[in-house]
Amino acid sequence: MPMLIEYLPILLDGLLTTLSVSLVSLAIASLFGLAGALAKLSSGRGARAVAGTYTTLIRSIPDLVLMLALFYGGQALVNDIGLRLGWDYIDVDPFLAGSLTLGFIYGAYLTETFRGAFLSIPKGQAEAGLAYGMSGVQVLCHITLPQMIRHAIPGFANNWLVMVKASALVSIIGLDDMVHRASLATAATAQPFTFYAAVAAIYLVVTTVSILALGQVEKRFSLGVRKAVL
Amino acid sequence: MEIKLQADNIAKRYGSIDVLHDVSLQARAGDVIALIGASGSGKSTLLRCLNLLERPNAGCLTVAGERLALTPDRAGELTAADPAQLRRLRARLSMVFQQFNLWGHMTVLRNVIEAPIRVNGLSKAEAIERADHYLARVGVLHRRDAYPAHLSGGEQQRVAIARALAMEPDVMLFDEPTSALDPELVGEVLRVMRGLAEEGRTMVVVTHEMAFARDVGSQLVFLHKGRIEEQGTPSDLMTNPQSDRLRTFLASSLHRAGHA
Repeated sequence: MPMLIEYLPILLDGLLTTLSVSLVSLAIASLFGLAGALAKLSSGRGARAVAGTYTTLIRSIPDLVLMLALFYGGQALVNDIGLRLGWDYIDVDPFLAGSLTLGFIYGAYLTETFRGAFLSIPKGQAEAGLAYGMSGVQVLCHITLPQMIRHAIPGFANNWLVMVKASALVSIIGLDDMVHRASLATAATAQPFTFYAAVAAIYLVVTTVSILALGQVEKRFSLGVRKAVL
Repeated sequence: MEIKLQADNIAKRYGSIDVLHDVSLQARAGDVIALIGASGSGKSTLLRCLNLLERPNAGCLTVAGERLALTPDRAGELTAADPAQLRRLRARLSMVFQQFNLWGHMTVLRNVIEAPIRVNGLSKAEAIERADHYLARVGVLHRRDAYPAHLSGGEQQRVAIARALAMEPDVMLFDEPTSALDPELVGEVLRVMRGLAEEGRTMVVVTHEMAFARDVGSQLVFLHKGRIEEQGTPSDLMTNPQSDRLRTFLASSLHRAGHA
């Protein structure tokens, strides 16, 4: 226990990295997810094919394998190009690479979440906008997107929870997150249970707070929706 | 009188099925055109072709003297050559839907001011003033801060009519506006529509309400299997139908008529 108290500030410092990787990844994943969902729902055959390949491929491969392949592969690719252009050796920033990779992976899951949410909006909602002379972008921004969010929140929350936990994978590519700190502390003190249990407890707090917060967001976006009573 | 809306030789196919065959329609200012016919006769499809929610395979549309430039897409359906022109013309033809289609995430007031602000470029204050005027006109001003899900069907449809009026359109298109309503709520919506007709608004109404079509319509168009079978003033058509089909249709629908 005294060991834990001594190391707790270090673990919490790692938590900051964990949270920032998760939040940046979530932002990136949301962009990929939105683009993917719109592409899948579009009438363009090319866009549908690209988005279809993206979601199928990403969702079929383990996160860890993708993480390693994209990080080391990406590093090699960048330097391969750099070599031809006569740059110096570039060390890819693990924070950036980790966030991009996680965002790219979870974007595929969010694509499906968002697509389902868009499909659950009755067609007449967009039609009414079009019939009054709104443009496609106006209909998207003011009519379908705000209504889609309500339907997307349960799936979105799910993805966020999985992603917060998957962010532990970034410790493998050398990012100094909470799990990495715990493994260092374990190595120094030979008390694995203490530190990993503490990390588990911190994850539990983060996910619980997330669930409560997203519940509030769901309430906010459910204004004007009548609840069915069973 | 000025021609507000003209549709010429509209044809629409779904796959190999002809839904509309060479249908033409002309609405002059103040006309109330009632489109009648059995379900599946193509009347709703025709109405939705008028603002291009449905893409016809052939034909030509003119709104308030401006002809909509159309160009065929890969599937052979006509789309607007210039999206900006389509938006401009659609804004002059506001539509009232069978299922109301009020935007569920917006209050009644927001529903009514949304398109005037975003499409017609009104300031928020102007749009609110206009919205209050039309909400009062259809008798739902007291519900302006409610969400659509908390309104009765009749109230929702009246809000939808106020939303259409707030565009101050040249022509109002009604797609079976009372078909989704409980029988006791039909009257309040028809009363509002009668009032609009009396004000001299130009309307194209797809309806099963034969009493409404007879009393309010200036022109009756009877569609059968995607063709205009008969067309004329309500009194001519109803007292002196030429075809067996119209006679049969009238007999069966007048049998049901009781409202308004």
